[in-house]
Amino acid sequence: MSNLVEIKDLSIGYHNKSGKLIYVLKNISLQIKPGETVGLVGESGSGKSTLGQAMMGYLRLGSKVIGGKVTFAGNDMFALTPRQLEKIRGNKIALIPQNAGKSLTPTIRVGRQIIESILLNTSMEKSAAKSRMIELLGQVRLPHPEVIAERYPHELSGGQQQRVAVAMAIAGEPAMLVLDEPTTGLDVTTQAHILKLLREIVTKLGTAMMYISHDMGVIARVSDRVALMYAGEIVEDATAVEMFKSPAHPYARGLLQSIPRLSLAGIPKSMPGQPPIPGSLPGCSFAPRCPFVTEVCHTTPPDFVPIQNQARLVRCHHWEKVVAADFTQELKSVFHVFEHKTQDRPAIELKDVEISYHKPGLLEKLRNTPQPPATVSDVTLSVRGGETLALVGESGSGKSTIVRTISGLLPAKSGSIKFLYSDLKVAVDERPLDLCRQVQLIFQNPDASLNPRHTVAEILDQPLKLYFPQLNRDERRARQIEILERVRLDGRYRLRYPGQLSGGEKQRVAIARAFVAMPEVVLCDEVTSALDVSVQAAVLDLLADLQREHKTTYIFIAHDLAVVRAIADRVAVLYQGRLCEVGTVDEIFSPPYHPYTETLLGAVLVPDPESEPKLLASDTPELAPPAQGCAFQRRCPKFMRGVCDIETPPWRSLEDAEDHKIRCHIALDELSAKQSKIIVAD
Amino acid sequence: MTVQTQVSEQKIVIKRQSPLLETWQNLRRSWSGMFGLGLITLHFLIALLSPVIVPHDPLEMDSKNRSAPPSAEHWFGTDKLGRDVFSRSMVGGRVSIMVTVFGISLAMFWGGLTGILLGFLGGWVDEIVMRVVDALLAIPWLLVLLIIVSAFGTDAWIQTLTFGFTYGYTAIRVARAATLDHVTDDYVLSARARGERRRTIVLKELLPNVLDILLVDGAMNWSWMLLGFSSLSFLGFGVPPPTPDWGFMIAINREILATQPWSVFGPALMLSTLIVGINLFADALAKALGLDRSQGAPV
Repeated sequence: MSNLVEIKDLSIGYHNKSGKLIYVLKNISLQIKPGETVGLVGESGSGKSTLGQAMMGYLRLGSKVIGGKVTFAGNDMFALTPRQLEKIRGNKIALIPQNAGKSLTPTIRVGRQIIESILLNTSMEKSAAKSRMIELLGQVRLPHPEVIAERYPHELSGGQQQRVAVAMAIAGEPAMLVLDEPTTGLDVTTQAHILKLLREIVTKLGTAMMYISHDMGVIARVSDRVALMYAGEIVEDATAVEMFKSPAHPYARGLLQSIPRLSLAGIPKSMPGQPPIPGSLPGCSFAPRCPFVTEVCHTTPPDFVPIQNQARLVRCHHWEKVVAADFTQELKSVFHVFEHKTQDRPAIELKDVEISYHKPGLLEKLRNTPQPPATVSDVTLSVRGGETLALVGESGSGKSTIVRTISGLLPAKSGSIKFLYSDLKVAVDERPLDLCRQVQLIFQNPDASLNPRHTVAEILDQPLKLYFPQLNRDERRARQIEILERVRLDGRYRLRYPGQLSGGEKQRVAIARAFVAMPEVVLCDEVTSALDVSVQAAVLDLLADLQREHKTTYIFIAHDLAVVRAIADRVAVLYQGRLCEVGTVDEIFSPPYHPYTETLLGAVLVPDPESEPKLLASDTPELAPPAQGCAFQRRCPKFMRGVCDIETPPWRSLEDAEDHKIRCHIALDELSAKQSKIIVAD
Repeated sequence: MTVQTQVSEQKIVIKRQSPLLETWQNLRRSWSGMFGLGLITLHFLIALLSPVIVPHDPLEMDSKNRSAPPSAEHWFGTDKLGRDVFSRSMVGGRVSIMVTVFGISLAMFWGGLTGILLGFLGGWVDEIVMRVVDALLAIPWLLVLLIIVSAFGTDAWIQTLTFGFTYGYTAIRVARAATLDHVTDDYVLSARARGERRRTIVLKELLPNVLDILLVDGAMNWSWMLLGFSSLSFLGFGVPPPTPDWGFMIAINREILATQPWSVFGPALMLSTLIVGINLFADALAKALGLDRSQGAPV
């Protein structure tokens, strides 16, 4: 079969301020057959989006084609006139962007936007287009297509918006879809549903897909073939099974080893170093970080050569040595567990905490209107000293709300929050300074949590000046250097601005800022989710190491269950601000499960093309928790009418494990009888 | 089991560069910005040195040479009292530049800080103050200026304070809007969670991030203030005669504009070159700071 897309020796670059040529892509060769799904994976800055756009004949402003060409169905994409390109784009090759919410026009109803796309890309009459639009909305599994078509984009949830974007893209029945991280930012359950839908659609229509993602789990799920990018080059091009079971490039190996896995306890191995600027090294771009490196790697760039069978290509001098080592065995050995002692006394205790964003107005108070159910309600948790408690749940489950209340940024409506002997229910402005010092907060995105106008020294100086006013300048400087070395940066970083640091370095500075205050409790809000996988492991390592040394208590928010598995001692599963299940990591990750935990675990995409997620509950989003009964009632696959929607479920626990509590109407032995272990350890 | 943690992320040498230096380098690449900066510098030099370098005493009346056209001796001619227009034009900017430079600094200082504080505090304080600002903005600015100046006199310090006050409340709006962009950022939240005082958050966290917008806005407003001062002089509330001033020179010579255009040309040229210079510089500064209009940033 002839290739639908043929990219040959494509190089794209731009000239920087001083007129030097900087490569973005270098010597890319890639073929895509009709109906084939190719996953394009790589870390941020590896050039995957640029390649995706180049396939559609787009170039970013200022960059240009240095060499090579892209052929799509016989057309040289960079030789076509804009008029000719218009005919191909949308019609034969369509793009599904990362953020559907931003790519849909906010002022036009989604139905009309789809009709527009139908009229533009097909020869269909206007009268027929409407019924086709309804058909398309049905095809992407949106309930009540006629109702959805009349909505504006902001009235749809993120998952629904993404479905509309898919409907628009397939309106012209294109031969090829380019998907640029379409599920990043969606909840795990929604993501699993969208991926399933995409697979079904392309199988039915025979569409080829180029799926761009940084998430190995997603790539494993959708791709027939995987192309791995590093520093503007494709370093390995293999079938999904080959890539995930026995990677032949050292980078592929390192990357796969650095992913936390549900089936393996402990923290994976991190990859040292960072990618170079494409084309800046004389030899192999991966040589400085490669464990297989030899003399030749630093001097001669390796060729992209076929190995084993003709369909697999690798850019490495030593691929034979790499393939020879057994990957599955090695994978198990790289996971390591940090032993740390937890104290018996509880450090933080939450009792019947209720938090509400709703502020009743004067009129509502006078009229005595009933208040809407609180955002977070009935949360009772205790965290032991030196322990890591993970809060788990989808977006809107109240994880961040709870953490912000503990840090005093949000008021709690009722209940009590205690830290040792102090009351944490008071707002941060009214807390004594020493209490502020003991509870520190680390944010998800270091780009936002570090002031871009401060040097690292100024950033670290702020908590020092605030909490330790007795220190003089030199003493503060000494402490800064000490903590920087502790987070494995060095003193020279003091004079840099956050903009001059990489993502992982920035998060280290944010961690250093929290630990320079010598806290007892550190609240971590999704601290690794904005980082690349190879860096994520190193940050988890650092957190575990600091915990062991300072006996710090962590409350750790994460949506990635594999990360939770890697670092947490105990887990609390939340849905709509209500606790569903509390227990140790092992208890949570094995039956009996709360139906919601089971749904979450089932939807996790593991980096293994042979495993398939179990989609148990629908991904219909909920805006507010139900007024009475179980929080999960509307989505629960085991819903019992007359019970679950009326009575608040009781806490149940097994006799031999008092601390493992599940909040469900169904008895635990009944639950575990129906459930099989979702995570199978190899 | 414990495992030695890996040393990660090798260090790469990055040239240390402060944002200020970077802005200057960007600015230097802009031809129009450097031209504007040149004009501003030239005006400052003239204002500073003019008493020494003027060819004639600007107050000296040459009774034989009244209303004379430009000549080798009087480059811009003379006015109806026989005073040298070229010399008067050079000296005529001294008061207005001084008043507006102090005025704009004062305006940006109090307006900027008030705006940031309001943006940070929010709530009913913000609501009340902003409504007062809206009400003040609704009154034509020249009217406000005239009322204050006629009530308190035309002393240069009174004028500076007046300009500083009236232009300050436009700065409040700009600073508040810019602050609202940053106040929800995590670094502000992080400072609050640390228990930092409000003063520290406003001065150390928010001000550095709003400063660039304030600088550009200040430069723009400076040129408006110059025009405002000249208008005031034009109406007779500016510099008391016989001290020369651009606006007043244009005012008294406007009746003879048709017959002796040279008498207005000098001050008009000086005033407009300074304003053009400021505007070019402000535009280039905005671009150098990354606040380009084309990127949708507030300028």
